[in-house]
Amino acid sequence: MAIQAFKTTPAPQAQPVEMTGARMVVECLKRLGVTTIFGYPGGAILPVYDALYESGIEHILVRHEQAAIHAAEGYARATGKVGTVMATSGPGATNLVTGITDAFMDSTPVVIITGQVPTSMIGRDAFQEADVIGITMPVTKHNYQVRDAKELPRILAEAYHIAGTGRPGPVLVDIPKDVSNQVAPFVFPESVQIRGYNPTTEPSPIQIERVCQAISKARRPLLYIGGGIISANASEELRTFARQARIPVVSTLMGLGAFPPDDPLFVGMLGMHGTYAANMAVYHCDLLIACGVRFDDRVTGKLERFSPHSQKVHIDIDPAEIGKNVRVDYPIVADVKNALQALLEKSPHANCDDWIYDVQAWCREYPLSYKNDSSVLKPQYVIDLVDRMTNSEAIVTTEVGQHQMWAAHFYRAKEPRTFITSGGLGTMGYGFPAAMGAQLARPDATVICIAGDASFQMNIQELQTISERNIPVKVFVINNRFLGMVRQWQEMFHDNRLSESKIGAPDFVRVAEAFNVKGIRAETPEQAERAIAEALAHPGPVVVDFIVEEGENVFPMVPPGKGNDEMIVKGWDE
Amino acid sequence: MRHTLSVLVNDQPGVLARVAGLFSRRGYNIDSLTVGPAEEPGLSRMTITTIGDEATLEQVMKQLHKLIDVIKVQDITREPMVERELLLIKISANPATRSEIAGIVEPFRASVVDVGRSSMIIQATGNREKNDALIELLRPYGIKEIARTGATALVRSQVAARVK
Repeated sequence: MAIQAFKTTPAPQAQPVEMTGARMVVECLKRLGVTTIFGYPGGAILPVYDALYESGIEHILVRHEQAAIHAAEGYARATGKVGTVMATSGPGATNLVTGITDAFMDSTPVVIITGQVPTSMIGRDAFQEADVIGITMPVTKHNYQVRDAKELPRILAEAYHIAGTGRPGPVLVDIPKDVSNQVAPFVFPESVQIRGYNPTTEPSPIQIERVCQAISKARRPLLYIGGGIISANASEELRTFARQARIPVVSTLMGLGAFPPDDPLFVGMLGMHGTYAANMAVYHCDLLIACGVRFDDRVTGKLERFSPHSQKVHIDIDPAEIGKNVRVDYPIVADVKNALQALLEKSPHANCDDWIYDVQAWCREYPLSYKNDSSVLKPQYVIDLVDRMTNSEAIVTTEVGQHQMWAAHFYRAKEPRTFITSGGLGTMGYGFPAAMGAQLARPDATVICIAGDASFQMNIQELQTISERNIPVKVFVINNRFLGMVRQWQEMFHDNRLSESKIGAPDFVRVAEAFNVKGIRAETPEQAERAIAEALAHPGPVVVDFIVEEGENVFPMVPPGKGNDEMIVKGWDE
Repeated sequence: MRHTLSVLVNDQPGVLARVAGLFSRRGYNIDSLTVGPAEEPGLSRMTITTIGDEATLEQVMKQLHKLIDVIKVQDITREPMVERELLLIKISANPATRSEIAGIVEPFRASVVDVGRSSMIIQATGNREKNDALIELLRPYGIKEIARTGATALVRSQVAARVK
């Protein structure tokens, strides 16, 4: 610094280097710290792929673009970094739409780079043209079409900034082929400033004070936490705050892992398949402190019966979430980490030992349970085994359906970013590629995809990707030969008319072997234990096909349209 | 209730689609929408009138604000404001009725901007109610076509006199 102060003549401004738009993309990605990209090449994105060749950035060639974006989501959620996806125009881009929507619903930071037909051909229904900007407008946080190569560095820097800050989400950058080939001076912006984008991250001190007063007056306070705690890296603050203020905690599906399940203050997951204790606690509490949640309908059940006796605090970085579904008494727009820190500084204390006693009594009285059986393999038992045999220290991703709920019930994730599941969109086909992304992000971790037989079939082609790259993901298929959750609803709400829910599955062991992946089958409890041990010990990828009891259903359950206090605790027939 | 929103946006291709798309996919109703360049180069001002209760309006405003290209959202419904729309109306007219029509138009401070053998075009500016009233008065002569811009609005200055 002192040396610079003596400089009398400024150093001559270096002439910006000229390069193609495609080179700029790669140059920007490097400067933005991107080390891994998931993608699939094609005509309109070819110049960028050419620039990627020998760039040193790792590119994972998937077998379907949908898997690329789910893998990027898994990568992002396992690390907190922004995931990166690349695909070509038209079909390449439209194949991403499900994953983009999934990332949008679960606030996952992802940047999607798509090729586009040359600007001169846009709007003429050219070969492999699709209006990707129009298609993705409702499911991205923001999207850009680049019209001039010199805009690329600014746009890419903005895209990563928008994706990863505030409420995270997917941002798409569409690059016409002629822009990729256009030569222009490369000027990378030193900082990003977007006039219409200034997320509020600091909480209002007045509101914090009011919440502290409400906590000290509350007799039955409850923390209701969600995925926002994980994306804000606020798990530590949450743990300290809950313990210091002595407030029990219920979690959404997306929040699992943010609070340790063995803590006496943890009440479990709430909502449609939440625990009895969690739903009763929500129903009876007098102060509900919602942190990084969005009052999703799968959580609230019938709104009029959702926590009817409580005052509500809502902490969220997205002001539009506050008051969207539920009336809030104490709105706090802030990064939930900052808000929890501000609350911790005031060290409010709830006077509610009776309440904690009541909540713990519910936990003891109605624990999550299932009838085990030594002759047939129960799906819950498989998850229980996985939990015990990994000491809950693996990264678990799930597909969507009954197995997802059993995983939420019986895999007791202790740390944030270790339970990765498609919450908002409920995307079948998510878990397996997400596991692939998580494993690439965390090479030393044991990564397990808990899959259903039907969901696994939705992106089963990625067996080739994990096989070729030796990505040691363990796929545990909970195989009940049914679209289990569909069948459960048909049994319960459609007079057991099983319309199209019986779905065939291939021999997963032989499928795995065809892709040169280790395949194991387990049909009994003993075989299951051995299979898990063998899979965990195997250094490469594995598929284990657990043939489980066909008719098993997920309980507890709040029937659709009912209040959370009207839950069915045991089986329908019992 | 009808609300008037003044929305300052980046003058970018697709911004109108973003705003309109937001309304349609979230089930909000756009009553009218006008857009044109604002005072600063690169910015446009949209005037959106929408119908809904206070809770809906709050969501509309928050969701609009989330769009990256939206710089400012103001509900000016209860502000002292100037709200105008342009109305063009083509009505049947013949030599016998022309002067009668001109007489109706005059107190509205509207003007005749085109005269044909069997029709006239009247131009009027004012708030929506005034234009509605003019249309009703002209209806008996036979309305051939109507084009209305929808409201555009600005909040009045706090100190300046209210000039009509």
